[in-house]
Amino acid sequence: MIWQLDLVILTLVVVTAIGAISIKDLLGCAILFSAYSFMMCLLWAIMGAVDVAFTEASVGAGVSTVFFVAAVFRTTRRTKD
Amino acid sequence: MKLIALIIVILSGSILLYATVDFPEWADPASPAHMHVSPHYIEKTMEETSVPNIVTAVLADYRGFDTMFETAVIFAAGVVCFILLRTFKKEETKERLYRHTLTDITIRLKDDEKIPSVLDEFERIDTQWTPYDLVIKTVCRILIPFIQLFALYVIAHGHHSPGGGFQGGVILGASVILLAISQNLRIALVYMREKVHALLCPIGVLIYAGTGALCLLLGLNFLDYSALASVLYVDPVTARSHGILLVEIGVGVAVMATMIWIYNNVSSSGKYDEGL
Repeated sequence: MIWQLDLVILTLVVVTAIGAISIKDLLGCAILFSAYSFMMCLLWAIMGAVDVAFTEASVGAGVSTVFFVAAVFRTTRRTKD
Repeated sequence: MKLIALIIVILSGSILLYATVDFPEWADPASPAHMHVSPHYIEKTMEETSVPNIVTAVLADYRGFDTMFETAVIFAAGVVCFILLRTFKKEETKERLYRHTLTDITIRLKDDEKIPSVLDEFERIDTQWTPYDLVIKTVCRILIPFIQLFALYVIAHGHHSPGGGFQGGVILGASVILLAISQNLRIALVYMREKVHALLCPIGVLIYAGTGALCLLLGLNFLDYSALASVLYVDPVTARSHGILLVEIGVGVAVMATMIWIYNNVSSSGKYDEGL
């Protein structure tokens, strides 16, 4: 485990998480959430849980983003609060 | 109201952070989880199931009951999306757009008017149609078979490398979703009709539960794959390895069908007509 790499990824996890809950644009939120999932996937991979990382990459960063984008496409793009 | 919510979140968050102090150190060999079951899995998995990837063996064999209900949960998610979103009612003024592919002229048809099926130079388009990008269309068309091949490899090779039914199923479903995104929903529905993916979803769960029930019929415990030895004509250890593969196929089929099912329902808001 390289601590510099760990630190960079952990910072990005926090940044993307705060960005995802504070952004007004829901499509951007979906993309940020996907970035968050991908950073989590990297973290799992660093910690040696390759199976979990694989699941996170395919489900979290892949398919769930598509579901969010589809839901945004069918509803509104901007949030009220 | 926002302030109260913020205070509650910060309070519960700090309590959770405080509780993590009690956790054992990361990868601490003296922690309870690493004292009793882990050594057994690490030392005995290879001789008991002949599966090199311990995670797969634990997921599908030692903790097979857990995974069966995980599959059932995914199936339930698909069914819930179907029940909440799918609409069968025809709208009153239903308009469809058709594009003449040679001249780019678009015509609009109402209700039950139809274009004679002899004319195949007309193609149905979405109301929010934009001209297809040739690059995207071609690249996706080339990529999809490779994605599907990789998904099958992930399912079949789950014994030896990371991966298994869940990941392979998601990738397999994603390939069909990619087709629906790069072309349109109707073309994806030609390859994977609604009845097919709605049926494959419970069939996947049934394959899993059926493997378990077969073990029960052959005289051993539910999901104890060594019972399959007499059916597959192999020794009990190899039978456990093959049983895991059977179960992974069930999981893969269920997950693939559910992903497609959810996507189709969400992107077309239940009408299965015009998608993303």
